[in-house]
Amino acid sequence: MLLEDKDRIFRNIYGFHDAGLKGARSRGSWDGTKLLIDQGHDWIINEVKSSGLRGRGGAGFPTGLKWSFMPKNDVRPSYLVINADESEPGSCKDREIMRNDPHLLIEGALIASFAMRAHVSYIYVRGEFIREREALQRAIDEAYEAKLIGKNNIHGWDFDFYVHHGAGAYICGEETALLESLEGKKGQPRLKPPFPANVGLYGAPTTVNNVESIAVVPDILRRGAAWFASLGLPNNTGTKLFQISGHVERPCVVEEEMGIPVRQLIEAHCGGVRGGWDNLLAIIPGGSSMPMIPAAQCQDLTMDFDSLVKLKSGLGTAAIIVMDKSTDVIKAIRRIAYFYKHESCGQCTPCREGTGWMWRVLERMEKGQAEKREIDLLFDVSKQVEGHTICALGDAAAWPVQGLLRNFRHVIEERIDQYQVAHRDAAE
Amino acid sequence: MPKQLIIDGTQIEVEDGTTLLQACELAGAEIPRFCYHERLSIAGNCRMCLVEVQGSPKPIASCAMGVNDLPPNKDGSPKVISTTTPLVKKAREGVMEFLLINHPLDCPICDQGGECDLQDQAMAFGVGGSRYSENKRAVEEKNIGPLIKTMMTRCIHCTRCVRYMTEVAGVEELGLIGRGEDAEITTYLEQGILSEMSANVVDLCPVGALTHRPWAFNARPWEMKKTESIDVMDAVGSAIRVDTRGREVMRVLPRNNDAVNEEWISDKTRHIADGLRTQRLDQPYVRRNGRLEPATWADALAVVAANLKGHDASRIGAIAGDLAGAEEMFALKDLMSRMGVVNLDCRQDGAQLDPAHGRSGYVFNTTIEGIEGADAILLIGTNPRVEAAVLNTRIRKRWRQGGVKIGLVGAAADLGYPHDYLGAGPQTLGELASGKHAFSSVLAEAAHPIVIIGMPALARADGSAVLGVAARIAAAASRDKVVAGGGLNILHTAAARVAGLDLGFVPGEGGLGTAAMIEAAGAGRLDTLYLLGADEIDMSALGNAFVVYQGSHGDRGAHRADVILPGAAYTEKSATYANTEGRVQMTEQAVFPPGEAKEDWKILRALSAECGQTLPYDTLSALRLAMYKSAPQLQRLDMVIGESDGSLDTLANSDARTGSEPFATAVADFYLTNPIARASAVMAEMSALKAQSTKALSAAE
Repeated sequence: MLLEDKDRIFRNIYGFHDAGLKGARSRGSWDGTKLLIDQGHDWIINEVKSSGLRGRGGAGFPTGLKWSFMPKNDVRPSYLVINADESEPGSCKDREIMRNDPHLLIEGALIASFAMRAHVSYIYVRGEFIREREALQRAIDEAYEAKLIGKNNIHGWDFDFYVHHGAGAYICGEETALLESLEGKKGQPRLKPPFPANVGLYGAPTTVNNVESIAVVPDILRRGAAWFASLGLPNNTGTKLFQISGHVERPCVVEEEMGIPVRQLIEAHCGGVRGGWDNLLAIIPGGSSMPMIPAAQCQDLTMDFDSLVKLKSGLGTAAIIVMDKSTDVIKAIRRIAYFYKHESCGQCTPCREGTGWMWRVLERMEKGQAEKREIDLLFDVSKQVEGHTICALGDAAAWPVQGLLRNFRHVIEERIDQYQVAHRDAAE
Repeated sequence: MPKQLIIDGTQIEVEDGTTLLQACELAGAEIPRFCYHERLSIAGNCRMCLVEVQGSPKPIASCAMGVNDLPPNKDGSPKVISTTTPLVKKAREGVMEFLLINHPLDCPICDQGGECDLQDQAMAFGVGGSRYSENKRAVEEKNIGPLIKTMMTRCIHCTRCVRYMTEVAGVEELGLIGRGEDAEITTYLEQGILSEMSANVVDLCPVGALTHRPWAFNARPWEMKKTESIDVMDAVGSAIRVDTRGREVMRVLPRNNDAVNEEWISDKTRHIADGLRTQRLDQPYVRRNGRLEPATWADALAVVAANLKGHDASRIGAIAGDLAGAEEMFALKDLMSRMGVVNLDCRQDGAQLDPAHGRSGYVFNTTIEGIEGADAILLIGTNPRVEAAVLNTRIRKRWRQGGVKIGLVGAAADLGYPHDYLGAGPQTLGELASGKHAFSSVLAEAAHPIVIIGMPALARADGSAVLGVAARIAAAASRDKVVAGGGLNILHTAAARVAGLDLGFVPGEGGLGTAAMIEAAGAGRLDTLYLLGADEIDMSALGNAFVVYQGSHGDRGAHRADVILPGAAYTEKSATYANTEGRVQMTEQAVFPPGEAKEDWKILRALSAECGQTLPYDTLSALRLAMYKSAPQLQRLDMVIGESDGSLDTLANSDARTGSEPFATAVADFYLTNPIARASAVMAEMSALKAQSTKALSAAE
């Protein structure tokens, strides 16, 4: 069963209506925000906890729990930093929120900041998002004008919201690299611990949240944690913006319940896989860093954190890349490997050296110009990168390669055989 | 609270704040590392120090993990850490393989070979072969000046050099640009690095990416003899190691001495080595018919002895230079005293320091290590960055820890750390002493205020009055506080100075000081001047005086001399030096003096026999015994005598009046402060580069 309109949080995700304050108010934003704030810091955190909301940025860490890590009696200021550096290939949900429903985000930022006792929040917007930044800034200006945020606002909690425009580096979407970049330094991930909740932006307690995680908070509070928890599956509650791209008839961003079967999602909203469901080769379920899942496993696959982890993949940002049988999977993964090689910050050894190595091997494998033993070598190299790096980019670079080798080893072997047959004469 | 850990089966207790890497070392486990360095901030980027921690699915970088950050076990039992498991071994091999895939296999032509961390650790923790069949990365060579040779293809991006430059040297001249595998260490504009401490990055570099340009392709580490010695380029007395091959000094490297130089040395200390080979005086010379002609030792000594015997003692003078060891100064003073000469001075810069006021009146009382305990520092007439570069890094280290106020009175300068510029001369000092200045309250409120006064404030006519005011400031600031020597610190620039003052190498009863001797010589009232390595005086003002120059290099003194007695440089003799703290240290003989040159005390001993005043010691140890009798503090090697001798009060009670002239700059050119440095081509090149960069700056303005 598909999500009913009454349960939709993002009511203007396609921009059919007014994205401004007036339009947002007509859709319920900023309605009784003061009442929510009057319930107190802890009520909000508990409500978010019991809603079961898990971070929408990829890792799926429970949002309420993350907020509760913020120190309560600290002389330092607290900060909420919103991660709008949406750079994962395939992901395109945050930009729709900023374009078409920015007030959801601003109201969420106010409430979340209040919950964490932060008076200042920064949003780090991806460098390429020019119009999105403008749209967001317009909405922020409206909110300031209407005294919804700012000093002495009508909600009784001083709150300043600053937009910071990044410069387009993928690594700045990693939360600590984002903080470095926000501080004006080179975007390189920090060592953890200390975690941002202890030592974050400018050395002060900081929580970094995804745009979607923050934007859903006002509706959760207004309609109750129980409502949100009733949607989706246990431990994977609520609604989620899915982004489907690739070989489907109508690629789209759509809000659906967590745990929707992937086949239903594609057929109901995207007009099905190009050439029919049987033409499906594989999907990448959560943005380019997640290992691909072959068609055979997609039949009954539900889109939620836990079921995808069981398949050694992950929900990530729920950016589904659909590949039909015309796809050259080696080429696809080679391109992804190149992306991670290009975006590695170069700070730590395994990622700096390993991403280039993996890409170069794949470059040859795409042509079949490799030895079969190199398949195991490649897998070994990806294992040497995974888990040995400062941040998760190492894992993100290794997983797609592992997904390829686990599921499409036969394709690589065939390619190598073909190449050797074709070049046998030349070799003799 | 101390924390219990079980590391490779051994249970140990470690203090709070220890890192996992340090804990593993304590437990006796060897942890390979490239980026970690105990004197630099933690980068955690090489990933070589991975260890396995019970309960963690991934191996953990031990350098960056504090033991306090380890999540406790649920039952309270100590965490179990393994450094030898297959997981750790595999992780290290993996990182090692990644480091090597883009590292060129050019060890046979790499200067780092034999002392390369990557080489050693690849042997210990790597695998035998390579599985990498792609092309290796090549990186363009960078030009970062005459001292540091780059071969950036070898770089493993550990960023030790970047962190050192930024944190210790205090110049943000190196950085990592680009990203991913295209990341490169560079100065960006490829300018020569002009920090006085830059060459330490070469020691820090774990591979051969940064090597010493002046010694490139000259020697292999295993073919050099290593002699532990002491540096004399400034009054800090840094611990050094002199590496020699045959009769040549090939290079100078730092040794660790936490009390003095930690493990840094200045570029001058390190790259002086070529100056030890050039411009050397390798045989005696006697001036005949206006020309210096080679002579035998017997001739030269006879000429000097005849001259000394032929003149009245009041018309003879002796000046000891900046590099003279205590032994030769003692022997010279002994000889001169036996001949009745009282015109002696070891302060060729004219510093108004009088040993009669007590030792704490002319040393760095709080010690160099003590700077780290200071919370207010007043610098008077000094630019420690050029006068004592290594000591300056200690002040910078203190500044980095925060909670310290630093004020400067004197010539404005870039010290490498922010400071309050209080004023230019004695007037400001007067305000500070009377408590009218804003910085007075900073000193008064500090728990450990220290005052550092440099030679520019003392080497002037009103020097002793300035010292008196400084003493009053220090005494007022340290009242009722526990501060060594009242917090008054004299920062010397010459390695020989403190020992010279200890030995009383100053004018005797009615004797002339340096300036008076020069004036008397110019006016014809002084017939003979004996220069013991003294080159920093105005040689043109000596008139017709008969000048004897005993020293190692053909510099200003030798050019003016009538007789040259070739001596030994600091690497060629065992000599005693007291650094600015009064710490007595001894150099070791690493090589023999060139040609016919002799150790300096032997020359004086031979001369004394010619003069008919034979000094009663035939060996160095006999000389030292006699010297220790006259200056007992010189026998306490490697120690700083801490007791206060009341000199602060004596100085503070002085009622001499200061002038009004602002304090000058002591060191006009950091790279050319002594005869050895002036003989060094490397130092000349650095000096030219520095001059050029200053000029370029003013053109841009």
